[in-house]
Amino acid sequence: MRRGVVTRTRECTPGRSPGTDEPAGPGRDWRPGASIGALRLRARVLRAVRAHFDAEGVLEVETPSLGSRTVTDPSIESLVARDRAGRAWYLQTSPEFAMKRLLAAGSGSIYQITRAFRDGERGRHHNHEFSMLEWYRVGFDHHRLIDDVDALLDTVLGPGSSRRMTFRDAFSRHLGLDPLTAPLADLHDACRSRGFESSAAGAVRDECLDWLLSAAVQPALGAGRVYLLDFPASRAALARVRTDSPPVAERFELYIDGIEVANGYHELRDAGELHRRMRRDTEARSAAGQPVPAFDDRLLAAHEAGLPACAGVAVGLDRLVMLAGRYRSLQEVLAFAQDTA
Amino acid sequence: MPNVNTNEFRSGLKLIVDGDPCSIIENEFVKPGKGQAFVRAKFRNLRSGRVIERTFKSGESVEAADVLEVSLQFIYSDGDMFHFMDEETFEQHAATVDAVAGAARWLKEQDACTITLWNGTPIAVTPPNFVTLRITETEPGVRGDTASGATKPATVETGTVVKVPLFIEQGELVRIDTRTGEYVARARE
Repeated sequence: MRRGVVTRTRECTPGRSPGTDEPAGPGRDWRPGASIGALRLRARVLRAVRAHFDAEGVLEVETPSLGSRTVTDPSIESLVARDRAGRAWYLQTSPEFAMKRLLAAGSGSIYQITRAFRDGERGRHHNHEFSMLEWYRVGFDHHRLIDDVDALLDTVLGPGSSRRMTFRDAFSRHLGLDPLTAPLADLHDACRSRGFESSAAGAVRDECLDWLLSAAVQPALGAGRVYLLDFPASRAALARVRTDSPPVAERFELYIDGIEVANGYHELRDAGELHRRMRRDTEARSAAGQPVPAFDDRLLAAHEAGLPACAGVAVGLDRLVMLAGRYRSLQEVLAFAQDTA
Repeated sequence: MPNVNTNEFRSGLKLIVDGDPCSIIENEFVKPGKGQAFVRAKFRNLRSGRVIERTFKSGESVEAADVLEVSLQFIYSDGDMFHFMDEETFEQHAATVDAVAGAARWLKEQDACTITLWNGTPIAVTPPNFVTLRITETEPGVRGDTASGATKPATVETGTVVKVPLFIEQGELVRIDTRTGEYVARARE
């Protein structure tokens, strides 16, 4: 049987009709940033994603965009909406917390296609509102989940091979550095030689690694799909930490052509550890003068009740559409990006 | 000068980088999904013209540069300094040979130039895109040769040698594109 590979079709750019020379000043530029071809491609990607999960028996769910709680991760800022009573509702930065409550309630494997919102994220590969595909497979570890991601990508991008590499190997191969053990001074030197005065900027170890990953490792990964595995424990987010020496997080990131596309975990299930990580996050937030949101007690309660053993991943759908169509920016695949929203 | 947050970065913004005034050419938002956000910016050093790349943590502050571009009339050079005047206020500014740099090849008295002032001091001079200069020395013209496209060297009144068509005579005025250093057309008195 033929695989339903999604490809880019002929472009049909909505152009300015001839004879109109109306100024496209701010507030007048009504045209979409994406071509009609890009919109068609997006629709086909969405269909392919739903067909994949339908065939796999994974249940599609919907969870709120407006939540009374939000993520504590210091590197992610939430946008806030207020209702007429003055109560704050956080536009969700990912559906992760709500979906984990469904998992704890016995939903089995689930997926969701939703909008996620992140304040201040804007650039060629960022928009403060974006489409996220997030799914959880009960009983999977991160390795089996990567197989599942690959199967999905085969449908969306066409069959392809992928490579798996540890975070540590990627750094030692492309930077000659051991990210887990190198002295901070060596990380600062590596940052400085790549245009970032990390020491003067007061960057901590993880921030140096973030920069080196973005500026030196990602571009060196080359074409195609690469999964980086086993992140430093300090960058575990909500992945479980394996007690290797040094310990590493059972977390992976997928890069396609050097662009970050997905982030997945063999999920942390321990409610006590979740509480400790949230506390560490909020301490970092208050030290940096960032807003400090309240803990999501319902998420903690769901973990206490018992999250099933599972692995979960979030895919940036707009980036996937961008890569599927060989576009160069998100603005070319979003009907209306931030600037014209 | 006040500090500028990376969130306000946009092309054309003038900042102090490595002690020198620089202008942002382009800037890019870089952020791992789970990690620190950065702003990677490409700058032109306004003194040297060199392009440099720098990265900042998103939210960092960078010192703004007090840089102003003004249109001033070139009045004279005394060998060490080039002197310019504001035609409205008659205020004068002296620019060093280093600041004037390549613009000196085209500077004719009374021409209006764009001067980049940093803390009130000229650091760069941009001549008008087109200047009209008199030929002070060239071989005699070849009459009627307007089609061959052949050129000959000619010295203009600023001392610079340019290529001109064969029919151009000594003493004539020519129009030159200072960005390319190329002859554009014959000019009238």
